[in-house]
Amino acid sequence: MSVLVDDDTRVVVQGITGGEGKFHAEQMMEYGTNVVAGAVPGKGGQEAAGVPVYDTVHEAVEEEDADTSVIFVPPAFAGDAIFESLDTDLELAVAITEGIPTQDMARVNKRLTETDTRLIGPNCPGLITPGEAKLGILPGNIFSEGNVGLVSRSGTLTYQVVDNLTNRGLGQSTAIGIGGDPIIGTDFVDALELFEDDPETDAIVMCGEIGGEDEEEAAAFIDDYVETPVAGFIAGRTAPPGKRMGHAGAIVSGSGTGTAESKISALNDAGVPVGDTPEEVADHIEEFLA
Amino acid sequence: MKLHEYQAKQVFADAGIPTPESQLASDVDGVLTAAEEIGYPVAVKAQVQVGGRGKAGGIELVENEEEAREAAESIIGMDLKGYHVDQVLVEGAVDFVDELYVGITMDRGEGKPVAMVSTKGGVNIEEVAEEDPEAIAREHIDPSFGMHPYQARKAVYDAGVDKAVARDVSSVLTTLYQLWDDRDGSDAEINPLMVTDDDEVIAADAVMNIDEDALFRQPELAEMEAEAAGGGDELEQKADEYNFDYVRLEGNTGIIGNGAGLVMTTLDLVDHYGGEPANFLDVGGGAKADRIANALDMVFSDDNVDSVVFNIFGGITRGDEVAKGINEALEQFDEIPKPVVVRLAGTNWEEGMEILNEDLVTVEQTLEDAVQRAVEYAEEGQA
Repeated sequence: MSVLVDDDTRVVVQGITGGEGKFHAEQMMEYGTNVVAGAVPGKGGQEAAGVPVYDTVHEAVEEEDADTSVIFVPPAFAGDAIFESLDTDLELAVAITEGIPTQDMARVNKRLTETDTRLIGPNCPGLITPGEAKLGILPGNIFSEGNVGLVSRSGTLTYQVVDNLTNRGLGQSTAIGIGGDPIIGTDFVDALELFEDDPETDAIVMCGEIGGEDEEEAAAFIDDYVETPVAGFIAGRTAPPGKRMGHAGAIVSGSGTGTAESKISALNDAGVPVGDTPEEVADHIEEFLA
Repeated sequence: MKLHEYQAKQVFADAGIPTPESQLASDVDGVLTAAEEIGYPVAVKAQVQVGGRGKAGGIELVENEEEAREAAESIIGMDLKGYHVDQVLVEGAVDFVDELYVGITMDRGEGKPVAMVSTKGGVNIEEVAEEDPEAIAREHIDPSFGMHPYQARKAVYDAGVDKAVARDVSSVLTTLYQLWDDRDGSDAEINPLMVTDDDEVIAADAVMNIDEDALFRQPELAEMEAEAAGGGDELEQKADEYNFDYVRLEGNTGIIGNGAGLVMTTLDLVDHYGGEPANFLDVGGGAKADRIANALDMVFSDDNVDSVVFNIFGGITRGDEVAKGINEALEQFDEIPKPVVVRLAGTNWEEGMEILNEDLVTVEQTLEDAVQRAVEYAEEGQA
């Protein structure tokens, strides 16, 4: 009852010897994630978080059968780390790192068209299938098992909405944080398609924010393809044009693209109710599943 | 990060893009000396990073010493859309017959760079894009190969640039892409690229914005940023010092939170419950007590603020650290300057609630309740 990650997923953590990498590798394992290796150049032969470390992702795949990587590498080297995952033909790479130069991501984006590896992120909290496994930094204790798929551009907003769902007994199949950068791997459309095709997902929450046109594209896709009921939330209704609201991607341009109004009306036109508050999003999901 | 016009022009000129002769000046005498050396007529241009400088009175074309003195006196020290003008660029005026636009930016929808050329230069290009999108020729670039020479030519021909200057404009566009690529540009623009009656092209303005995330590998540009700093108001400078993502808004309910999406949502809820957000302040992930205390100091520094809502949903941020920081910031006051409403959830929130000095703040359990309470306090504070 999930997409992308479950308790069979075999994880290599890139950057496992760093503070963040080690801490979150341990947290992931504590949640039940099958972390099998770490990969850090120059640290091969060591052990970290109780698993063997290899110099390359390639070795971690050869030796430990890893199929998924989670990347905690500093921004200057993270583009390279993503390339390493893509070139090793993993099934999934999850880039947690914030602050990767945009031009590095444009090159990654090109490579993604030539490989079957799926990328989540960067600048994202990762993803979780409650009760089975998590990849990234999401706090496992707020999630609960269930049939609501969730996809979001923002980390802490995801936690807020999950909290509203969990408090009402509305558990989640999988929750995916796709990240707040201008150029990301998996986008709303990709995630919606996965949830639509997942027999165990009966309702979907989509949390967007100002900037770009991904939410508008998602609305068109929902209109054409998605039969599972979707409820939306858009952050940044009160953001003034031309000011970047934290995320590199969250900006309403001077020419008026990327506004909350445009996203909300596109979603409404596709039959997606958009909550004014996270609590209202949970109301909609409750109605869908009643 | 935005370079000033004079800095961007220097970068462009060093790469071989033709620019008018110019000098930087910071007082009237400096303007007169520069104008004398360059030769009249000259343009006197305010060096502040806002669009529409001309319309706002920040650019004057002058024919002689008397006019130059007048322009210098009015522009240096003026307030231009909230920015204080400390420096002007004195630049030889170009006698032009045509104004073009050339630019490189990242098309985030496509995830690729795009080169743009238009014969409608000299005006706000975003307006052109809206009213007459066909007037801008666009060519997407594969970042793994860079811009092929044919792509530069194609963009120039598609835009309908006069054949007599097409080769030179292509060459400027190619150089501009190389600069954008080498220097981690987010936008590189020349508007207008002037065409003279003897078919020369010359960059009369220059925009070069750099990806902040890439400054670590652009030391020369990071230095220019330091030189260009000092703009913006006191609060923005303070936010820079504390390294916060901070945006000042017009209202009186101060907002502090962790994570851009959640902070934006908190702003939206303030508005939803009839209040007005005073700011956006994201403390980021994993903030320790010091940073939390700095955030409160930051928001209290805004005189418009009548109440503060502190909304933390911990993932990598821990509730106990947040509570320590709030105590630390508030215990130093004999009287709390403005009422603070705190809502803690997620990692270690229970530990946080034990630590938090509830004599100093109002605690609410949900986001909705916390925002409503802060809005009430803000209304009372204003009354």
